[in-house]
Amino acid sequence: MKKDIILAGVGGQGILSIAACIGMAALEESLYLKQAEVHGMSQRGGAVQSNLRYSSDPIASDLIPEGNADIILAVEPMESLRYLPMLNKNGWIITSINPFNNINDYPETEKIMKEIWKQPNYITLDANAMAKDCGSIKAANMVVLGAATPFLGLKPSSIESAVKAIFGSKGEEIIQLNLKAIQAGREHALKQL
Amino acid sequence: MQKLLLLGDEAIAQAAIDGGMSGIYAYPGTPSTEIMEYVQASKAAKENNIRALWSANEKTAMESALGMSYAGKRAMVCMKHVGLNVAADAFVNAAITGANGGLLVVAADDPSMHSSQNEQDSRFYGKFSFIPILEPSNQQEAYDMTRYAFELSERMRIPVLLRITTRLAHSRTGVECGEAGPQNELKLPDNLRQFVLLPSIARKQYRELLGKQEQLEAASAESGYNRIIEGSDKSLGIIACGLANNYLLENFTDSKLENPVLKVGQYPIPLDLVNELYGSCEEILVLEDGYPIIEELLRGMLNKGKTIKGRLDGTLPRDGELNPVIVGNALGIKHDQGTAVPEIVKTRPPKLCDGCSHNDAFLALNEALSDYGRGRVFSDIGCYTLSALEPLEAINSCVDMGASITMAIGAADAGLVPAVAAIGDSTFTHSGMTGLLDAVNNNSPITVLILDNSTTGMTGGQTSSAFGKIDTIVRGLGVPEEHIRVLKPLHKYHEENTAIIKEELAYQGVSVIIPRRECIQTLNRRMRQKAKAKAMII
Repeated sequence: MKKDIILAGVGGQGILSIAACIGMAALEESLYLKQAEVHGMSQRGGAVQSNLRYSSDPIASDLIPEGNADIILAVEPMESLRYLPMLNKNGWIITSINPFNNINDYPETEKIMKEIWKQPNYITLDANAMAKDCGSIKAANMVVLGAATPFLGLKPSSIESAVKAIFGSKGEEIIQLNLKAIQAGREHALKQL
Repeated sequence: MQKLLLLGDEAIAQAAIDGGMSGIYAYPGTPSTEIMEYVQASKAAKENNIRALWSANEKTAMESALGMSYAGKRAMVCMKHVGLNVAADAFVNAAITGANGGLLVVAADDPSMHSSQNEQDSRFYGKFSFIPILEPSNQQEAYDMTRYAFELSERMRIPVLLRITTRLAHSRTGVECGEAGPQNELKLPDNLRQFVLLPSIARKQYRELLGKQEQLEAASAESGYNRIIEGSDKSLGIIACGLANNYLLENFTDSKLENPVLKVGQYPIPLDLVNELYGSCEEILVLEDGYPIIEELLRGMLNKGKTIKGRLDGTLPRDGELNPVIVGNALGIKHDQGTAVPEIVKTRPPKLCDGCSHNDAFLALNEALSDYGRGRVFSDIGCYTLSALEPLEAINSCVDMGASITMAIGAADAGLVPAVAAIGDSTFTHSGMTGLLDAVNNNSPITVLILDNSTTGMTGGQTSSAFGKIDTIVRGLGVPEEHIRVLKPLHKYHEENTAIIKEELAYQGVSVIIPRRECIQTLNRRMRQKAKAKAMII
């Protein structure tokens, strides 16, 4: 068992929370884990990514080799395309379709979607709307995480306990919101498969 | 043994806490910042009274750590690679004084310049100063080496340099931690002249340092951090330093690496091991995640020996960090390739946050300068450096901490009047104060903007040494009271602020303008905490 995941988004969109949830779930299943994060100046509204790797065998490199990622998990559609060179031929793109437009030359959403549709395997979702339905748009990152769960090779119960552990200090309401968001994302993905 | 999920930085911090450290000294700098932050948040560190406060800059941090070592206790000083330039005077001389309590210097290098001005390799500093260098290949080694470093430092009575890079610093994995040990008792150096570098004493100490080199090499051979992993294919021997070893191994997860490898984690590298590899292999490939230091040494000036492959002959790129594919290519291993990035994908550079006070300050400055024309704003290192980019395009230099004020002095001396300096509050107390004193003594016609957002913003909002002190410092350095102007950088005061800046630009001496408004990130954080505290009371 081995998964290499690129998490992608814009600084402040919560990809490190997704990474923390998957990482903790992987640890719960006693897997080896490496997670390379981006800190510092690039967090200020710029493109950010994290390399997340877990495996039943020890992992050598903190960085995923190019062309080797199993999943690109993106909370922003243009960002899902930025890391295509990292994705393997049978890999999956799982991305929110909600653009984060903070640059002058942001492409038309339709053009972005056309590029995503060219890829062999993808799940797209309106994470903002789904999160709103669950109770708060802030849980959009958890909806995207939920859509990825069928591909993670981890038990849903491990993800659930990870969410409880990570958001425990924020209270029961936040935990339930996040779990609901994850479930919504998961159901959406299973329907698209 | 306890297994914790830690960043490389955090593994170092935890090891230092477990290893009996009495104090950590640092100035924030990516990718080293999290070491101090971890100690500051650690319950064990608090319980054991481990001193953990930010210093004004890397030099003051280095010197304070040296003082703690003088008093017999274990001290750690942490910085990013360019911080070691600031600390260099103290660092190089600390090798001559030697250590009493264990003294560990952590330098976090940033190959590929993810958040830096250059990609200098701190191993050069270690070699230059004749001290041992440890270079972990993973987070576990970062933990183990930190604990070993204190012991080595005390045994050899010398500071030890721990060199890490961004990928290790900011990558998280499980780390096995050992038993925590006690701190040292206060104990003066046996020789009370050990730290007195008068020439007569320094000459003696320097010879002692040179004399230690053989023992340091022996320590590198004994520690187990340098070793040869045998292989049957002698057509190529590989030297893999630090993190490069991981990228090498990543290429052999499904197959066996047949070439002999010298894994390097401690310097000076034992010559016997190098000789053994060099003697038994036809060619050598050197993998270093940084400058080609070992490669250059092996080639020598004349490069008349066996073929040495690496960054200098084009086998590896000359600059930038390594990764599994780059190392694989050097070995002729074919990799699967992903799809190219579609053309419609645009770059998304970092930018100032919405509501950032710097934005309002620079909008006013830009307008105030419109009569004089572009190209006269010298700036510094911080979030505000982003104002060089569109849409503000407000600044024309960013070189090193504090260079804004002093470059403005030189430019004004050359006739560029008015010249403007724009520097952050934390950068000002880091290295701007002495430059401002020069400007006052020189009566330079410059206008200095001290952008006071009351924090060290770019690294995530650490306490700024300047907090609440800037006006007093500026006055104390001799800037006339009437030319110290405090502004509130908000859109609604734009006209007023622009007018004030214009007035000071016209003044033929040193003016200091202080646009003061809290960083939007720390403000939001504070408000969230306040709301949380209030909710708890109810």
